[in-house]
Amino acid sequence: MVLRLEARREPSTLMVFASPAIAVVTTLVVGAALFTLLGYDGIGAVMKIFVEPLFNPYRWQDLLVKAAPLAMIALGLSIGFRANVWNIGAEGQYVVGGLAGTGVALLTYEMSGYWILPAMILAGILGGMAYAAVPAVLKTRFSVNEILSSLMLNYVALQLLYYLTRGPWKDPEGFNFPQTVLFTDWQTLPKVVPGTLIHLGVPIAGVLALVIWFLVVRTVAGFQMRVFGMAPMAARYGGFQESRTVWTAMLIGGGLAGLAGVLEAAGPFGQMTPGFPTGYGYTAIIVAFLGRLHPFGILMAALVLALTYVGGESAQTAIRLPSAAVGVFQAMMLFFLLAADVLVRYRVVNRTTARSQRVSSEPATRNTERAA
Amino acid sequence: MFLTSRRRMIAGALSLAAASALAMPASAQEAFSKPKDQVKAAFVYVGPVGDYGYSFAHDQGRKYLEEKLGDKVKTTFVENVAEGPDTERVLRQLAQDGNDIIFSTSFGFMNPTVKVAKEFPNVAFDHATGYKKNDTNMGIYNSRFYQGRAVLGTIAAMMSKTGKAGYVASFPIPEVVMGIDAFTLAARKVNPDFQVQVVWVNSWYDPAKEADATKALLDQGADVITQHTDSPAPLQVAEERGAVAFGQAWDMSSFAPNAHMTAIVDHWGPYYVEEVQALLDGKWAPRDIWGGMKEDILEMAPFNPKMPDDVKAAAQKVIDETKAGTYEIFTGPIKDQNGELKVKDGEKIPDGDLLKLDWYVEGVKS
Repeated sequence: MVLRLEARREPSTLMVFASPAIAVVTTLVVGAALFTLLGYDGIGAVMKIFVEPLFNPYRWQDLLVKAAPLAMIALGLSIGFRANVWNIGAEGQYVVGGLAGTGVALLTYEMSGYWILPAMILAGILGGMAYAAVPAVLKTRFSVNEILSSLMLNYVALQLLYYLTRGPWKDPEGFNFPQTVLFTDWQTLPKVVPGTLIHLGVPIAGVLALVIWFLVVRTVAGFQMRVFGMAPMAARYGGFQESRTVWTAMLIGGGLAGLAGVLEAAGPFGQMTPGFPTGYGYTAIIVAFLGRLHPFGILMAALVLALTYVGGESAQTAIRLPSAAVGVFQAMMLFFLLAADVLVRYRVVNRTTARSQRVSSEPATRNTERAA
Repeated sequence: MFLTSRRRMIAGALSLAAASALAMPASAQEAFSKPKDQVKAAFVYVGPVGDYGYSFAHDQGRKYLEEKLGDKVKTTFVENVAEGPDTERVLRQLAQDGNDIIFSTSFGFMNPTVKVAKEFPNVAFDHATGYKKNDTNMGIYNSRFYQGRAVLGTIAAMMSKTGKAGYVASFPIPEVVMGIDAFTLAARKVNPDFQVQVVWVNSWYDPAKEADATKALLDQGADVITQHTDSPAPLQVAEERGAVAFGQAWDMSSFAPNAHMTAIVDHWGPYYVEEVQALLDGKWAPRDIWGGMKEDILEMAPFNPKMPDDVKAAAQKVIDETKAGTYEIFTGPIKDQNGELKVKDGEKIPDGDLLKLDWYVEGVKS
């Protein structure tokens, strides 16, 4: 018996939306089994990481604060991913956004006024957009693959961060440690719930989800993007401009990553340090797919990924689970999601039966181009 | 004061001051002045405990603490904590979990520790290798790592044939700059033309990058490798290529039995015992500790038997004189990279300036 994958004629709508849930549940079950086999309390690990934080109000604050930047970046990326524009450079755009905001903060350090924070945020968005414009130009003018160019620019952004925090932006009173001054109150994100950690970035992420949803579902631009994603030939035939789609996708992706960057800098960090990039730009890719590229799905997925970080730390102290366990859980989640997606779009068949059906299933393969 | 409760009745014999302490939240001083039967201590590490370097050494300190104090202490740790808001979250969580003392062991944890210490006045915080403390519940501790670097520099210059060492460094913070300078100064006492080439890997723990940097340095003519990053990767590369190298923070000889000459061993255990004992006794107060070989916070790992006897003797002499207080590497004349005299003959760089050191001595290429 030889097994092969064969495209389903029509992927079940129910299963398309169920697959993230299946992925999460499978991750929990396999994770528990895996860590039990490794000699840890596997069920305890799953409870600690995925369940207990949900019943602790303090951890909810942590969750929301951690999920906000992930959701923001993933929302921006989802636009491009729907249109087959693969921006892998969110990490760099996040850093440059944070740096642009920090630049404004350092310029306005001696000043006061309510305009300072909005100016920082605007600079952050523009910074992220400008950085995403580089792969966009390369793609539209020179057909350079945006996956490679945007990914490589992440490393350039890191070097820029190191240069600035060590040289021109170093805190003169900071004992020569490579980090900027702490921002003033005018430059710090206010808390929306006094006495908690929940800052302005959290509601912003929620509002953005609504805006993006509206943009994708209700506007012509959104429709164009979706058509380019599903059927590029048809889109071109329909007179849609591909370069415009690339530009829109990159600018929104970059802008939102930049926004996430400046909000992190002005919020939880309160300064710029070489430790600023923590891989949100990469984790957001998992978030976008786990959320089915749907704005509200992304909000949920961001919370799930945030849960793995926050719960992972409790698991370290409580049952001495190594920190790498968090990475294992995150990777398993993406793996099972992709596996479930494959099975939603394809079925496993025995080769002998497959042959007789191949002719009839041929037209269906067109649909599956998106699955890649 | 008119409220009566069973507790108040039982506590009737207590003084008025003690009674009002029950009714009001205890101030920080009171939290630390009451003897305890058991202390819950938590440790926050920047790398994995399995790095066999810096975080591993702190964790050995934690184990030493458990061993010495037995039932009187209960410890936990969180590893691989990113420097920034993640630190803050971890610290806050540990404080909420009822830990009495939290050791945050990396320089990048400083500002988060300051913030969280303010929120939890009844929890003691000790931060390693930073410069911010407060008078109520946050102390700092550090090690004079540079004393060990001087030993390494001496060995490096005596054993190098090319007269060039490669330095795999993390971040240009004063502690690292101090190490580079001390290493170079000691090496140039042996060989006045000795050169030290620095490569920054921008991470405390990234074995792949550390290994790449080591290869590049060896390719550029260095035959001695030293590192201020926490993984054994540079040593492993040095072992393969037949170079001389040194362990970081712990004896790493098992990773490179031929290349590993000695190591700077961070010996935090006794300090951790002191801090927790002070809490148990109700005598804890924030301190500012900067100890070295004399205070036994820093040790050198046993010399490799392959090391020539004259090198062993020279290295041992540096150790002995450092302990005796007669060898101080940052004594003038010291010139900077541009050949400008920075420290006059016989003068010493004061501690205050060392802690902000940001210039390199002659012979450093960075």
